[in-house]
Amino acid sequence: MDQKYILDSGKYLAGLQDRITYLGDIKGGLEWGRLDQLLEKVQEVRNNIFEFTDKQLINLISDLEDRITFFEERVAKTLTPIEIVNIARSVQRFTLLDILENVYDSFTELGGEGDCNIDPAILVARATLTRRVKNRLYYHQVMVIGHEKGKGEEFRNGGSAKPWGNEKALRYMKVAETEGIPIHTYIFTPGAYPTEDYPGAAQQIARNLFQMARLRVPIVTFISEGGSGGAEAIGLADIRLMGSRGYYSVISPEGAAAIEGRIKEGEKVPQELVEHCAAQLKITAKDNLMLKTIDRIIEEPPLGARREDFAFFRRLRYEMVRATDEVVLQTKSFRAFRAYALKRQAQEIGNGSGDEFDIHIKWSLSDSEKAKLLEFRSEKYRKMGKGFTESRRAISRKLEKASNSLRQSFYDLRYGLLRHHSRSVQKILEEVSSEGSIFLKTVTEPMRAAYDFVFPKPDYPTTTEVFDPFRKSIFVQDWEHYISPLANEDRTVTCPNADKYGCRDLWVPDLYGEFCGVCPSCGHHFPLEYQWYLENLFDKDSVREFNAHIASSNPLRFDGFDIKLKKAMERTKRRSAIITFDAAVHGIKLVVAMLYSDFRSGTVGAAEGEKFIRACDRAKITRRPFLAYIHTTGGIRIHEGTLGVVQMPRCTLAVREYIDSGGLYMVVYDNNSYAGPVASFLGCSPYQVGIRSSRIGFAGPRVIRETTGADVPPDYHSAKNALRRGHIQGIWDRRDFRKNLFEAMMTMGSPHLYYK
Amino acid sequence: MDINLNDLLRQFKSHPYEDHHIDAPHTGVVSFKVKEGQEVKGPSGQWLHKPGTLLYILEREKNPKRITSSFSGTVANLRTQLEGTFVHAGERLLTVQHKLNRDEIIDRILRKVLFIFRAPQRARYFFTPEAISFLEKDTDKGLSVAPGDEIIIMSLMKRDTFLPYEGPPGIIYKVYFQQGDLVEQEAPLFGLCPPGKLPFVQKVIQRIRTEWDD
Repeated sequence: MDQKYILDSGKYLAGLQDRITYLGDIKGGLEWGRLDQLLEKVQEVRNNIFEFTDKQLINLISDLEDRITFFEERVAKTLTPIEIVNIARSVQRFTLLDILENVYDSFTELGGEGDCNIDPAILVARATLTRRVKNRLYYHQVMVIGHEKGKGEEFRNGGSAKPWGNEKALRYMKVAETEGIPIHTYIFTPGAYPTEDYPGAAQQIARNLFQMARLRVPIVTFISEGGSGGAEAIGLADIRLMGSRGYYSVISPEGAAAIEGRIKEGEKVPQELVEHCAAQLKITAKDNLMLKTIDRIIEEPPLGARREDFAFFRRLRYEMVRATDEVVLQTKSFRAFRAYALKRQAQEIGNGSGDEFDIHIKWSLSDSEKAKLLEFRSEKYRKMGKGFTESRRAISRKLEKASNSLRQSFYDLRYGLLRHHSRSVQKILEEVSSEGSIFLKTVTEPMRAAYDFVFPKPDYPTTTEVFDPFRKSIFVQDWEHYISPLANEDRTVTCPNADKYGCRDLWVPDLYGEFCGVCPSCGHHFPLEYQWYLENLFDKDSVREFNAHIASSNPLRFDGFDIKLKKAMERTKRRSAIITFDAAVHGIKLVVAMLYSDFRSGTVGAAEGEKFIRACDRAKITRRPFLAYIHTTGGIRIHEGTLGVVQMPRCTLAVREYIDSGGLYMVVYDNNSYAGPVASFLGCSPYQVGIRSSRIGFAGPRVIRETTGADVPPDYHSAKNALRRGHIQGIWDRRDFRKNLFEAMMTMGSPHLYYK
Repeated sequence: MDINLNDLLRQFKSHPYEDHHIDAPHTGVVSFKVKEGQEVKGPSGQWLHKPGTLLYILEREKNPKRITSSFSGTVANLRTQLEGTFVHAGERLLTVQHKLNRDEIIDRILRKVLFIFRAPQRARYFFTPEAISFLEKDTDKGLSVAPGDEIIIMSLMKRDTFLPYEGPPGIIYKVYFQQGDLVEQEAPLFGLCPPGKLPFVQKVIQRIRTEWDD
């Protein structure tokens, strides 16, 4: 040992310097424990290395190492959540390239290399893994996809993936699906890069989630730094592993602190508040395991694994193989899985994270196994984060399940079996009528009358009712009498476009009454309350709310959130930020989910996600179109931490299943729609429309400025620009909403819908 | 084009300001938010999206309208007697005196002296190779242009069109675009100076550049 000190003393001292810097990274500066002085001391010894005798040098190094070890032990004993965040962000932490070099036997980078890449923050590689079973080697091919934070390289953007990087990830996921090889994803991202440039941060993440929901190959993910939406873009996996010194969060602690502390842009966020938020958000691996948003933790050394921690890479390799095996075995017979599990257990007890495996499992799946895989995936995400909502109703879940299955049977019979026969009968009738002569009419007429009685057609409006442009009232019903309470003020307001278009001041009763909140001069839409849509968009008395008993809660026991929640409930007389209901438009029944602004800015948490999924299922069972009307959404509710984030894959999975079953899913954005929901279950819709003057995007201007350092134009998120970028498919006038919705339902969607 | 440059210069020297009179856009009760002699700022930001200093609030029908300054400068002629009273549309409320800097004065003089040839439509513009080679020579003579001369190429949808110059004959004094720039419709392309006035204009501009103190 002594001899080693002398021979490699330079290298040793450099290593000690790294350890001190690393401690400084963890503690947020070298001031803690006077690390700066210790670092200076090491530097001094390093600079004057030849002035010491061998004995002196050995004593000095030994003394320094003892002091550093003492500090390390002290830090490891009292690691706080913010220190874990610092570990995950440290430049000395292992990156994806280290994993590719140390966990896999060989790899070929795809879609670019180094800075010559479509997005260097996302790395894709075809990799080979070997498994040794009883001295025989077996090779596995996998597609490795993940974020590369880089070793200080600026072009890596700190692992913040741009939309085109996520698009590249998706492209190669599809390649893996075609080739039938599993996907290993590694998440090392502080968050997605907030840009609306095509394909758009939110829209691309939504597309990734939508495709991953039904990707017919096993997906295993490892999380080191899971920054919200950016993490979800490649994180919808069958098994989610997490490093014990990683973090997975809905928002960065700094971002949460800025929101909670209402810190103005440009002002410094107090460190205590950041630490407080980091603890409140429940972002550590242990917290996430407790919340069941991840499946397993991979143990790292007490202060986190670094680049040359080969024991950790060995462990990671074993865990990735084991997790992939587990996913594959899930799809096989129960007996085989049990046998494997028993063997694995024995092996684990025996040699821990060994290189040897007892059995070889092929990672290719048959068609039936692929179907099972998707079933398990769906089940997994449906269970995830469940039980963190409050129910204010006595009815048991079993009763609800029974009523759902009854409803399913009825609609299957009514619009499945009977509709199939009705179509056959209709076809015969049409053929007979067209071919037959006038004599047959007397025979077919009573039959047709009987058929129409049994299968009534939807209440189509007459052409004049819908399309007459000169009609004074914009709504067909005579019952239109709802007037926005905003109209009850005797004053005028100025249109925000007055300087540009010379709009005149508007008298409020006119604006919110006759004009439906629309400037008659430039067409600017003033915000209206969600009740206006409930009253004016759907047929009279057709709105029937369901699942109103599911209530938002404070699952993380976030300080002060209980009071905020209570206030929101009292003010709105509702229990969550989403209203789900059955309604009808011109006789066509549909299911609607409405996120509205009054309740915590329409943010999505566990209750909102659960209600959305149930609405989606209801639409699937009843074969009705499903409309997501977004009055406003501010994103995922930060107070629910990762329980909120997992609503992104959960709801997207439900939407995917609904669309695959033949449903028509439409999203209409109004006012402001940002972040998580747009980057998942809303952005994945094939039919997305914005109401005029609405704003749609991934991150707001302030977040963009703070993240990218570049300012954005004031109309950056406008519906018009969203349309230009291809994020939405059209812009509707509020006054034409009902008409356009009806037209859309008549012209879009598959024949699976009940009225088609 | 018959402008006495000396008079113009004298005029700018005696009153190096541009007065922007602020009138009430409509009726209402006015409440001033600035004081006489106060410095105010115009809109700022890359897209001029941050409004300037709040000048006054004009309230009509319970609609308090915040009127901000569109120019940077100093508040003058503030009619404080109107504070809290009902004013009619067009009533003068204050003046923002914007002090012109050296470049702005040069720009104002050039705009008065030069004939500005503008872009007929939104397109990319180039000088013809002959014109370019002449302009690059950096001779004191300058490039003379007569009506009908084709010195500009308008490039639109992969089609290049030679634009005949229309306007009085003169020498190109200032070019407002870079070769191949996308120029908006009606934006200036170049300014021409009458041949006889060129040395004098150059002298005046030179004098302003060296003598004018911002």
